Amino acid sequence: MSDNLIEVRNLKQYFNAGKSTEVRAIDDISFTIKRGETFGLVGESGCGKSTTGRTMIRLYDATAGQVLYNGVDVHAPKSKKENHELNRKMQMIFQDPYASLNPRMKVLDIIAEGLDIHGLVKGKTDRKQRVIDLLEIVGLNREHAERYPHEFSGGQRQRIGIARALAVDPEFIIADEPISALDVSIQAQVVNLLKELQVEKGLTYLFIAHDLSMVKYISDRIGVMYFGKLVEMAPADELYRNPMHAYTKSLLSAIPLPDPIYERSRVRHPYNPKDHQYGPDEKVEFREVAPEHFVLCSEKELAEMQATHV
Amino acid sequence: MRNENEEEKLTPEDFERVTIDAHHSERIEKPSLSFWQDAWLGLRKNKAAIVSMVVLLLVILMALIGPYLNGHAGDSQNLRHANLPPKIPGIEATGFFDGDGKLAGKTVNLYEMKKVDEYYWFGTDGLGRDLFTRLWEGTRVSLFIAFVAAAIDMVIGVAYGGISGYFGGRTDDIMQRVVEILIGIPTLIVVILMIMIMDPGITAIIVAITITGWIGMSRIVRAQTLKYKSREFVLASRTLGAKDGKIITKHLLPNMLGIIIINTMFTIPNAIFFEAFLSFIGIGLQPPAASLGTLINDGYKVMENQPYVLLFPAIVISVLMIAFNLIGDGLRDALDPKMKD
Ligand SMILES: Nc1ncnc2c1ncn2[C@@H]1O[C@H](COP(=O)(O)OP(=O)(O)O)[C@@H](O)[C@H]1O
Ligand SMILES: [Mg+2]
Repeated sequence: MSDNLIEVRNLKQYFNAGKSTEVRAIDDISFTIKRGETFGLVGESGCGKSTTGRTMIRLYDATAGQVLYNGVDVHAPKSKKENHELNRKMQMIFQDPYASLNPRMKVLDIIAEGLDIHGLVKGKTDRKQRVIDLLEIVGLNREHAERYPHEFSGGQRQRIGIARALAVDPEFIIADEPISALDVSIQAQVVNLLKELQVEKGLTYLFIAHDLSMVKYISDRIGVMYFGKLVEMAPADELYRNPMHAYTKSLLSAIPLPDPIYERSRVRHPYNPKDHQYGPDEKVEFREVAPEHFVLCSEKELAEMQATHV
Repeated sequence: MRNENEEEKLTPEDFERVTIDAHHSERIEKPSLSFWQDAWLGLRKNKAAIVSMVVLLLVILMALIGPYLNGHAGDSQNLRHANLPPKIPGIEATGFFDGDGKLAGKTVNLYEMKKVDEYYWFGTDGLGRDLFTRLWEGTRVSLFIAFVAAAIDMVIGVAYGGISGYFGGRTDDIMQRVVEILIGIPTLIVVILMIMIMDPGITAIIVAITITGWIGMSRIVRAQTLKYKSREFVLASRTLGAKDGKIITKHLLPNMLGIIIINTMFTIPNAIFFEAFLSFIGIGLQPPAASLGTLINDGYKVMENQPYVLLFPAIVISVLMIAFNLIGDGLRDALDPKMKD
């Protein structure tokens, strides 16, 4: 087995392809996620992060390209059993804690949905016990099982969503902006929970976020997305020390720090794609600037970047 | 400005660390209420809706037992007893419902004149049929038509709108074009055509009401399906591997049920009214069958001399319309998702 759990190859997702309303939500992206690591996917709203996650987990069919899970193409036709197995291994945590839980279902039934679908429990008492265990894992308790989602706070709901994903014992979890709808004080709670779970259960994460501030703490590697394309991908520290693409620099310049002296001199660098001034025959490709560090750039830019890389 | 001396007096001992028990902060004190329990609490506070429900239950009860209460059959004709005004035992002493009626411009007691010993509580019609019995028989027929029509509207509307919205794409396109064509044809023309093809009667009226009636429901259900099918809880269910059937019955329908019920509550009075309208213009039920519409039509013809023939069915239909609408309003307030999370 290779140590890549996920391999995304030239993935494209065009909505309304061929019509005047065509949206190229993902336009030829490739990346890999190693077993047990956290891959951060960052980019502004509307750049195609959620679409990437949803296409990977087969909520959408890909327009072109492949997503390999353990070497198996997830979008290829499969037997019922294989499909079922794949559903169990890949799970997703959603952005909006208010929309991600069915308001008409009790927490017990929400969390047990996966258990029921995959026949993972025998009988009512076993089912309830499993749900209580899961609630405790995410820091809630047994008395929450009989309640309805609207009685919980955003952070609590998000943890219920995590428990629902964990119920089927997944290997890979796509966390689609799991904290961006939460209060800052709650964000750390959820991030820490995800980190603990990763250590305990050896999970692999795709962690999606729209800014770099939290991602850098939990990601091993980070991919920066801009309008459907990956513009830069590197290990987290490398990306922080050596941001190369102008868009990444702009994202980094947007992170505030609790340091008044730094803040006083912090300048935001807005990103303007026209600044690249690519010539008509220049090939803009995803190129390796330094080991493991990829940037979407032209040949000319590559040389410049390699010269300045430290 | 702070006094510096005061600040200096504070020592670390002055501060005490407060630890909040994590488990404590997760506690929820409120009793757990399901959506329906919550809605019922809301509805109970709405006096108009509660009174309407009681009144409606009484009308339904009378529609069931009313025809058997006074021993007269609704279809037995007795020309000797024709055109009698209302006469109710017990109340007659007050001067109302004492059997007085007009004959050739003079007020006389028609019961004494015609030597009728029986009481006709709501009077009789031109054929001597007991109007009390006929009123409740007619109410029963009207309610039956309305309930059946509303149920059929609901089933067809929910299925059509649900399929159209859930499967989307081409299916949706085709189904919506069909709806647009149906909507373009004036209802009354469809109905008259239907009634010309079929024998006039209860079935024909139900078919006539439902043939275009389900469209409103289907549009609402389609919009709701579109709204909910891309909600994250539905996506979560799909990533867990749930099948379409499960998603529809466990996630979509429970969330739409409130709106379906509200809409049905407004369909029923419309159906009652539409049936009455058809019967009134003469293309509904045919005599001797009675419905609120035919009774009102009968009463309308003799409105000047025997106003009581019109009065009672008119009251019943008005009460029904108001009650259903008030209940619908109350349900909307109690169930409206916009007012909740
Ligand atoms: N189902 C869809 N149909 C058409 N366009 C879509 C659909 N989902 C997303 N899009 C479009 O694709 C782009 C990327 O969206 P999304 O992946 O949600 O961005 P992000 O998660 O990065 O904010 C947006 O322009 C959005 O409008
Ligand atoms: Mg998104």
